[in-house]
Amino acid sequence: MLTVKNLEKSFDDFKAVNRANLDVAEGEIVAVIGPNGAGKTTLFNLITGMLKPNGGTIQFKGEEISSLPPHRICKKGVARSFQVANIFHRLSAFRNVQVSVLSQQNKSMTLFHPAKRIAVQETYQILENVGLLDKSHKIAGSLSHGDQRILEIAIALGNKPSLLILDEPTAGMSPEETATTIALVKNLADAQGLTILFCEHDMDVVFGVANRIMVMEHGRTITQGKPDEVKKNQEVQRAYLGEE
Amino acid sequence: MATVDEKRKRILGYAAVVLFLLFLPILVPRFYIYILTVIFVTSILAMSLNLVAGHGGLFQFHHGVFYGIGAYTAALILAKTSLPPLVGFIAGPIAAAAAGLIIGLFCVRLSRLYFGMLQISLGSLVWAITFRWYDFTGGDDGIHGIPIPALLSSINRSYYFILTILVIVMILLYLILKSPFGGILQAIRDNPDRCAAVGINVRRHQLVAIVIATFFAGVAGVMFVVVEGTVFPDLMFWVLSLEIFIMCLLGGWFTFSGPILGAAIIVSLRTFAGVYTEYWTLILGIILILLIFFLPEGVMGFITEKMKGKEPEALRSTEKEVDQ
Repeated sequence: MLTVKNLEKSFDDFKAVNRANLDVAEGEIVAVIGPNGAGKTTLFNLITGMLKPNGGTIQFKGEEISSLPPHRICKKGVARSFQVANIFHRLSAFRNVQVSVLSQQNKSMTLFHPAKRIAVQETYQILENVGLLDKSHKIAGSLSHGDQRILEIAIALGNKPSLLILDEPTAGMSPEETATTIALVKNLADAQGLTILFCEHDMDVVFGVANRIMVMEHGRTITQGKPDEVKKNQEVQRAYLGEE
Repeated sequence: MATVDEKRKRILGYAAVVLFLLFLPILVPRFYIYILTVIFVTSILAMSLNLVAGHGGLFQFHHGVFYGIGAYTAALILAKTSLPPLVGFIAGPIAAAAAGLIIGLFCVRLSRLYFGMLQISLGSLVWAITFRWYDFTGGDDGIHGIPIPALLSSINRSYYFILTILVIVMILLYLILKSPFGGILQAIRDNPDRCAAVGINVRRHQLVAIVIATFFAGVAGVMFVVVEGTVFPDLMFWVLSLEIFIMCLLGGWFTFSGPILGAAIIVSLRTFAGVYTEYWTLILGIILILLIFFLPEGVMGFITEKMKGKEPEALRSTEKEVDQ
């Protein structure tokens, strides 16, 4: 579904992503791991078009997407959540999700028709699926950190993506919130057949959820494979797992 | 939630104000009716700017140009052609919107302050052409003695006409703000990157907002011609654009009707302080400094905040609409 080949991105002299390779097949849950500063978030920014690569290719469903602007890539079925809750702080949770639902239904240009009567069912459905229904009319900025991160995922779901990219979905969460989020992610993959690409620091989460793992260090892909293979890989142990 | 009640109260409040304004010409001298008419025109202008500046987060620094283009288009058609006046009234806003589209096409490529700077440059170009092109625009003299249709020629008649137009513009802008487009425009203001990430073409939405806003600025321009029967290049000078921007800030640019309040304050100040001193802008400057320190959400923002007695959350009133 997604194929990244020899992807490169440098900021001045610093090579944030340097020959990164990644394959995601339909229905898979793929984790990207690596030490801080390995280039995971930059990789996601490149895939979603928020940054333009200096070299390499990104193909989604057989189509080159590396030169497209973010909104076009999203329309092709790639939605993402952000590492730091990137929500509309002043709007209610309902309206946060409604923004992406309206976008998905191509109704964002509709004039003279009250927004409170459009895409209501779909929006409530998503809020119910992620467990935020009872908080749908709270201002997003007033939600707890954990709920904001869930809302972050809910916004991405409003786009009905075929590939969902999650940037450290459980960062800063309590153990209970982490458990809820993992259950949610698993459910999205199993029940709705979503393909999920995520990066994460919590190794229990990674090895508990992912079908396949890609390991990055200094912007470079060290290896990618099944969790067992990755665990055994010498280079991975040296670069990453050995640290702990 | 209590929103149905609140909404009814608000509609009743607006209706009461309009009813009061309808009877006013019987009660007060013509001079005050004239001032009120100018406030109405300026209110249309300030509200149109607030759609892009307050709700869209765009630094539309030279909105006056579109006001001027609307006024000049109507003036030229009324004064120099034998076309029916209605053509001029309709052509004004359309010409303004067309100019908004062209200037907007360049400006939306830039962000924040750069947007504003490019707009000031391009707008000043339009001003300079108007100022110099004596054969066509009358240059710095402008155009005087524009024949206004008899139906609107007395001040009371134009008062009622412009009040009607103001109410229509307010309803239209309200509907736009409550539509999906308006909601997403505000979402873009708060977080453009996130909007792009959920598949929204940010620039296109901003451009459409600019075209709508400049259309209404053109409407205000035509109304200016109706009241004054004259046009001059100062309508397009950057000082006026700055004044409109201050009206939005002063009234409260995250509120719906704040710009009207801002327009009323500035027009009154200009009229009444202008009687005593040539330097009324000095008073304006002091007010602006006080405003920045004490009422960062504007006068209307301050009032709504006090009335609701909670945190100064600008969009709270909008938010409550969602709770059915």
